[in-house]
Amino acid sequence: MNNRPEPVQYMARTREYYAAQGFERPYVWASFDTVPFTPLAKPLSQSRLALITTSATYDRQPTDARRVDQGSTEHPPERLFGNDLSWDKEATHLDDRDSFFPITHLRRAVDEGRIGALAPRFFCVPTSYSQRQTIDDDAPQVIGMCRDDAVDVALLVPL
Amino acid sequence: MCHQTVSLIARELEAAGIPTVILGSALDIVEHCGVPRFVFTDFPLGNPCGEPWNRDMQWDIVTTALDALAQAREPRTRVDIPYRWQTDTWRTRYMEVTEANRASLQRKGLERRAMRASARPRVGSD
Repeated sequence: MNNRPEPVQYMARTREYYAAQGFERPYVWASFDTVPFTPLAKPLSQSRLALITTSATYDRQPTDARRVDQGSTEHPPERLFGNDLSWDKEATHLDDRDSFFPITHLRRAVDEGRIGALAPRFFCVPTSYSQRQTIDDDAPQVIGMCRDDAVDVALLVPL
Repeated sequence: MCHQTVSLIARELEAAGIPTVILGSALDIVEHCGVPRFVFTDFPLGNPCGEPWNRDMQWDIVTTALDALAQAREPRTRVDIPYRWQTDTWRTRYMEVTEANRASLQRKGLERRAMRASARPRVGSD
């Protein structure tokens, strides 16, 4: 437990990596002084939870257009995809859905009464260098779909 | 970019009245952005819910995230998962720039710029 290594500094690592590719201007990562916070309105055991992932429901290609997507939590796909995303493809893999899309565990949590229910849909959010696109285009869609599904709380799992 | 995206989405959900928790592995990106609740698994990017096929570990991590969601009382709440990946070699190797790969990275950059120039308008980041 002691002597834990320092967490990887991904912003610095990414800056060096893309500088080596000839991208001279470093990316400006999102940063805010204030952080919104909403307490739970009711116990988790009575709340409906939405699962939100950055993985995709199909083997999306780097040149494919991306959009907010959805799927059924009652009949979730056996596989989800992230070949077009940056994650550590040398160290690991996405062959086990539950290592990044914990639908089996969330169902168990419902069965055990830890969560009230799962929302009928899970949501896939597209990654974008454009923070404006995420905030102004994609987030309102996700919020709207969460409201349609009477979602109380959300678990977000990035790759 | 996955971690920044979910951080931004979580902030918007929270502002709209929906409490959130992020379960992820890029600590610096999430904390730089600032989010309500973050559970940090110090693993290679890709498996924030636990090692592949390790159901007990995954259950432990996912329920820790659920507890953080229920119990946090203020924004920027962070909970660290105690598990460690089998090795630490990934820490230095991920996106590493070396003399051995510098030329291939330059080529890759040229290809990326050419791809972007010809891509349809809404193409995301990696």
